[in-house]
Amino acid sequence: MAVKKISKVQPEKFEFSKKNKETADSIIKNYPSGKQQSAVMALLYLAQKQNDNWIPLSAMKYIAKYLDMPYIKVYEVATFYSMYNLTPVGKYFFQVCTTTPCMLRGAYNLVDVCKRKISEEENCLSEDGKTSWLEVECLGACVNAPMLQLNEDYYEDLDPIKLEQIIDKISNDEVPQPGSYRGRLSSEPENTRKTLIGNKDA
Amino acid sequence: MLEDKDRIFQNLYNDFGADLASAKQRGDWKDTKEICDKGREWIINEIKTSELRGRGGAGFPTGLKWSFAPKEVGSRPHYLVINADESEPGTCKDRDILRFEPHKLIEGCLIASYAVNAHKCYVYIRGEYFNEGQKLQTAIDEAYKDGLLGKNSAGTDWELDIYIHYGAGAYICGEETALLESIEGKKGQPRLKPPFPALIGLYGCPTIINNVETISVVPTILRRGGKWFSSLGRPKNTGSKIYCISGNVNNPCNVEEEMGIPLKELIEKHAGGVIGGWDNLKAVIPGGSSMPLLPKETCETIKMDFDACVENKTGLGTAGIVVINKDQDIIKCMARIARFYKHESCGQCTPCREGSGWMWRMLERMAKGEATRDEVDMLLDVTKQIEGHTICAFGEGSSWPVQGLIRNFKDEIIERNKFDPIVKKQKDIPYLVDQHLLEKENA
Repeated sequence: MAVKKISKVQPEKFEFSKKNKETADSIIKNYPSGKQQSAVMALLYLAQKQNDNWIPLSAMKYIAKYLDMPYIKVYEVATFYSMYNLTPVGKYFFQVCTTTPCMLRGAYNLVDVCKRKISEEENCLSEDGKTSWLEVECLGACVNAPMLQLNEDYYEDLDPIKLEQIIDKISNDEVPQPGSYRGRLSSEPENTRKTLIGNKDA
Repeated sequence: MLEDKDRIFQNLYNDFGADLASAKQRGDWKDTKEICDKGREWIINEIKTSELRGRGGAGFPTGLKWSFAPKEVGSRPHYLVINADESEPGTCKDRDILRFEPHKLIEGCLIASYAVNAHKCYVYIRGEYFNEGQKLQTAIDEAYKDGLLGKNSAGTDWELDIYIHYGAGAYICGEETALLESIEGKKGQPRLKPPFPALIGLYGCPTIINNVETISVVPTILRRGGKWFSSLGRPKNTGSKIYCISGNVNNPCNVEEEMGIPLKELIEKHAGGVIGGWDNLKAVIPGGSSMPLLPKETCETIKMDFDACVENKTGLGTAGIVVINKDQDIIKCMARIARFYKHESCGQCTPCREGSGWMWRMLERMAKGEATRDEVDMLLDVTKQIEGHTICAFGEGSSWPVQGLIRNFKDEIIERNKFDPIVKKQKDIPYLVDQHLLEKENA
């Protein structure tokens, strides 16, 4: 189990923006009537997006009221799932996968780059206050290892030099192109493709 | 080697694009109405003939699973749930289906929903696959627009709505009952079985849960016939499968191959060989991190299907092949996997919650050579006490890789950890598994 800490600094109030309210209402409609609690995960995610990538306690209370469910149930969900940030993170949030398939291909070299260029410790803001990083468990792109997730996008087939370039771009508020950094468009084998050859030329 | 024309996922490498028009050109959504017109019995029987086994890891026969759904809809509606919570280290096949072949999945959802009497289908996608989920949503929107979903889906007179539910980074939600809890808006902690979801599942209603790959191959099987599918591979291990080959290979890749293809052929032919040559191979994890690893000798001969893997004391799982060569420290690799399980345990059952942490800490010390000789047996004992004592299969999933390590590389661990326990040196401290906590200030 992973331990999650709650931020000591908490904003007093939270409310969905008008647009998010509409999104939330349409999500609730995806579930049978009376089962609006099912939408709690999606709503927490919306709240996280709206609140600079983290969820304050006031948002959990707000969502509990919104879905007519006990606050503790929302709290349980928010603390259980690892994608909900309960403390402030950087505007650019790097999540480096270091589980074995990535580790075998040098994920810890990426971690070293993050330590050097962002912050010494995980989950600490960089000097310019824009970025932070975290070691995470398998992100499900093992064939394109080593890789990381920057906010919602995957950056694959990385190496330390390419990651340094990405971080440099980010510090100038430029978001680099997501995807593979060895020019792959999918998880096809490089150079030695032996299957579906006919499709390639089609 | 499987012929290209027999590959189900023609767009695995995105040569054509994932949109509806090109999907139709590849043959998706062809005769969907005719297939459904043949009736539920026919569909389920055809899947039974094909001997399709679930592609999510457990390998349960799909036709049999579908037949568990009540034949008539009673007071409770039926649900179909698609498990796209792909989090097993080494596995990334469902991601490519969501990205590049979403219409195979959607068509499969329609046929499966029809077969099990479901009008609502939820696709549970892991939260990290946000972009993949968006791509699936685009495909769903296209299908609605084209009349393939909704009130009269693809002219079948069957009403089906598909909704995407995003997870939020919990590996355990790939377990089917935990997944249902998660859709219901709770913590993803597995339920006790029985009752099985086919009778009491989502919101207490009959629910059939299938993996993305399983559902995506269904339309092709029905179009080409169950006999065609079962002619590939060998009995009980039929069809084709997407293998993900990662780790220390020259060209890591996903590839669709026939069931029962030799592991060596997969690595050498498709993945460009082990880095440093075949002789540099140390071990292979054949089916995602939960499955025990195989030593090099077994890798020479083993065929990749469900039963052959079981015969070799491992499992096909999700067919996520992780290749580890001799440049790597095998104990460290397994310690990292143990850390994964320690992080992902849902905390419901004590043996798993506590034991996964024990295994991780012991392996970390063993990797550094700080453990005692006796602890190797103690670690094995810990794994035995987790296995089979938990609600879900996570207990097995976390302890099998450690057992595999000890079974195959015990000498190597002992070579590195030759000390006698501290108690034997008559130190004045009680003997603990967490001995190192006393020794290190910051631990």
